[in-house]
Amino acid sequence: MTKSAKAENALELHDLSVAYRVAGRNRAVLRNLSLNIGQGEAYGLVGESGCGKSTVALTVVRYLPRNGSITGGAISLDGQDVMKLDAEALRRARAESVSMVYQDPGKALNPSIRIGRQLTEIFELGGITGQAATDKAIAMLNRVRISDPTSVMQRYPHQLSGGMQQRVAIAMALANDPSMLILDEPTTGLDATVEAEVLDLIAQLRQELSASILFISHNLAVVSNMCDRVGVLYAGMLVEEGPTEVVFNDPRHPYTVALLRCLPRGGQRKDQGRLDTIPGFLPGIGAEIKGCAFADRCALADDRCRSELPPLYDLGGRLSRCFYHEKAQALPRATPSDVAPAPKAAAAPVLRVAGLNKTYTSHGHALRAVKDVSLDLRPGETLGLVGESGSGKTTFARLLLGLVPPDGGGTIELEGKALAPRLENRSDDQIKAMQIVFQNPDSALNRSHSIRHLIGRALKRLAGLSGKALEARLNDLVRSVRLTDRHLAVKPRQLSGGLKQRVAIARAFAGDPRIVVCDEPTSALDVSVQAAILNLLADLQSKEDVSYIFISHDLAVVRYLSDKIAVLYLGRIMELGPSEDVFSGPHHPYTEALLSAVPKLDQTETARIRLDGEIPSATNPPSGCVFHTRCPRKIGAICEQQEPPLAEAQPGHSIRCHIPYAELARLQKEVMTEPA
Amino acid sequence: MSAVQTTSPTPDDTRRRGPLAEVFFSLLRSGTFLTGLAIVLFWVACALFGEHFAPYDPLADDILNALAPPSAEHWFGTDQIGRDVFSRVIVGSRDILTVAPLATLLATVTGTALGLLTGYFRGLVDDVVSRILEAFMAIPVVIVALLAIVALGTSKTTVIVVIGLSFAPIIARTVRSAVLAERELDYVAAAQLRHESALHTMFVEILPNVIPPILVETTVRLGYAIFAVATLSFMGFGIQPPSPDWGLSISNNYGMIGGGFWWTVLFDALAIASLVIGVNLAADGVHGALND
Repeated sequence: MTKSAKAENALELHDLSVAYRVAGRNRAVLRNLSLNIGQGEAYGLVGESGCGKSTVALTVVRYLPRNGSITGGAISLDGQDVMKLDAEALRRARAESVSMVYQDPGKALNPSIRIGRQLTEIFELGGITGQAATDKAIAMLNRVRISDPTSVMQRYPHQLSGGMQQRVAIAMALANDPSMLILDEPTTGLDATVEAEVLDLIAQLRQELSASILFISHNLAVVSNMCDRVGVLYAGMLVEEGPTEVVFNDPRHPYTVALLRCLPRGGQRKDQGRLDTIPGFLPGIGAEIKGCAFADRCALADDRCRSELPPLYDLGGRLSRCFYHEKAQALPRATPSDVAPAPKAAAAPVLRVAGLNKTYTSHGHALRAVKDVSLDLRPGETLGLVGESGSGKTTFARLLLGLVPPDGGGTIELEGKALAPRLENRSDDQIKAMQIVFQNPDSALNRSHSIRHLIGRALKRLAGLSGKALEARLNDLVRSVRLTDRHLAVKPRQLSGGLKQRVAIARAFAGDPRIVVCDEPTSALDVSVQAAILNLLADLQSKEDVSYIFISHDLAVVRYLSDKIAVLYLGRIMELGPSEDVFSGPHHPYTEALLSAVPKLDQTETARIRLDGEIPSATNPPSGCVFHTRCPRKIGAICEQQEPPLAEAQPGHSIRCHIPYAELARLQKEVMTEPA
Repeated sequence: MSAVQTTSPTPDDTRRRGPLAEVFFSLLRSGTFLTGLAIVLFWVACALFGEHFAPYDPLADDILNALAPPSAEHWFGTDQIGRDVFSRVIVGSRDILTVAPLATLLATVTGTALGLLTGYFRGLVDDVVSRILEAFMAIPVVIVALLAIVALGTSKTTVIVVIGLSFAPIIARTVRSAVLAERELDYVAAAQLRHESALHTMFVEILPNVIPPILVETTVRLGYAIFAVATLSFMGFGIQPPSPDWGLSISNNYGMIGGGFWWTVLFDALAIASLVIGVNLAADGVHGALND
């Protein structure tokens, strides 16, 4: 370790162990973790939730919750031993050399203090006051590319969008020019387009600043785009580390291999094979681990792995904690990839929606949440709904289900019969035919009821079963979502997120539905769990011939499951067509921007399209084409004056744009061939 | 089905205890709650078995020994007609500890039902019922009591009904706000998508999830109910003679303070105060345990 003015490494963790005291026992969360982050380096830390990623972030500044304690090891920040700092020195280190940006900017900013005051406060701590502090604050906001800093200074956090809030949080973190910047899932709650902007900003700032970055994320693609080196954390242990490209392209630990295989990549679709999954579960915190922590879930593991902790093998600039690191990539699939044959198409549509509108009134203004949506859906088909938040995806789903009554005029037909607009007026048969899997199982499953009650009640009401028949069907259903009897007696809070979502799926399938709406069913889940849920949905679909309306902001996930895509913007369908056509293009400029915003694992730097500004307010949508204010391909006055029709560009593929289809094809081909 | 992916999913064992068990354990660790509970249990014991360990019959007069100051024989002295104050304080807990909890129970049941109704249906039902409840809350308990006694005559039942119904709107308001939050959760939408009746949704789906705030509100209200019963008894609208009830005793004896016979009032007053404090400490503990 060098003790020069500028230490060699910005951060060094040496043999760090951290434990949380739960129910009177110290439970290990980090186990002998060692890692170094060089000056100016961006280091990514990935792993499933519960691996200890955030604990690392908190430990660096000794900011653990009250029941957490550092049980061993050393932390050195810029050559300074953090463990030896007294309260005052620690406060100074936190104030001056380390900054953190958290996942939820809405919670990191004080809701009752104006942005300007929150920023100047930081400078005042450093002894700069008055106009000087204000000037510095404005400069900071300029630096994070906020276009009108003086007016933003006057606003309260709730008056800013999520992306703007996160920029302000980043500005605050950078205010005192820290040497170490810790980003803990900084883009997780944001839309893809906003996420792309924030990531671009961080990438640009890296070039301007000298700060080293610890970037924590569960999103492998984001880390692969942002970081020089990456560490894979499993059960509080570093299992693999190395340069980002090397680790993601040539992983040497079975966990990394498995994690990468869980992601739908390269436009993979459900009829081309199931996603791989990671069987089993992460060891609980504080679990006694003998041997390799991953051994229980690893198909390559043998007796040696189970009894002896593998060392971190140095493979020349990279590390892997696996005895069999040379053959890690030979890890057999946990889930066979073969799929049942795709259901025959060309049946009559099960759902037909025509001219559906929904207008809310907010403060005397009409808010068109859904405008003139028409589409149909065949049995066994999946319709993917994509768009930024506020585009009307969820409202549309709720209209279909009857949870929200639509405006008069439009029609919803289920198997040829018109559905009453309100849920109360629909028949029991109609109700059981259309069910939903909600985004958040904690909200969707009644926490007071046991799993048996939750599924049983659905079977009773929707399938009309009781007694022995109900019991038998319950067992079938539980098995078909791959839960076991042991799960029936417990309450939802005793299950993990993935298991809860299985319960929600079982409940939706209780009445043999024709259509299941899936509203972001995997957005709260880890990638390995997400893969299992997507496989389950795909399996159930091929078995039951059920149709899905699948809402997600994750385009790779939508692409995997969908046969058809509808792209929504401000409540209007901008593009509608077969999944492959929509993804491969030519597509609507908005779709193009959405696709371009998604961080990709196998990114070869292509020209990226960024949308300016925020999604406009639906109470006051732009004139003409609603997308014209942000459209990178706007052609002129016609876009501002005239709303383009949703015109069929090719059979089954419609685009709402003034630019002719052939022209779009030419423009978008140009981008693809442009040199990087 | 070809794919098998979950090997041995086990419920998360760090959280094996149910939520209620967790609350129970955290109550046992709460000094505030245990202190409050000890005080309340002391008075409950007095109410149940008071006559067995009271040294004298609380109703027996001994006119020759009237207004005797505290002594070894009569620890708390005697009152105007020579009744032993110590015995009366002990046995005097009985009526208040019957009436106040029953009134609170009535308030909780009625308030919960009204809160569920207004919170679940919202809109017109909420507007109408809530305005009526607010109007009701604006009338002082004493006035309601006076009217009720004129109409129904004095009895413990009247006191229970008066206090119970006066407190119901307050509990209703708490329950309503909790229900409004629950109603936004997706499990309520899921219940609608099963065509569950409103009653089922309110009582089977929502009610179990709003028990914690109801529990807190109930314990808090119990403290106020004890106070209200004592006040009504003091004013003569509550518990009637010859009960050795505390409020009633104070009412009968407070004229004597001027003559220096403080013991005829002080101990009853302390008894009321200690019971109210005990209940409030327990309520604080419950609140803390549920909001950890």
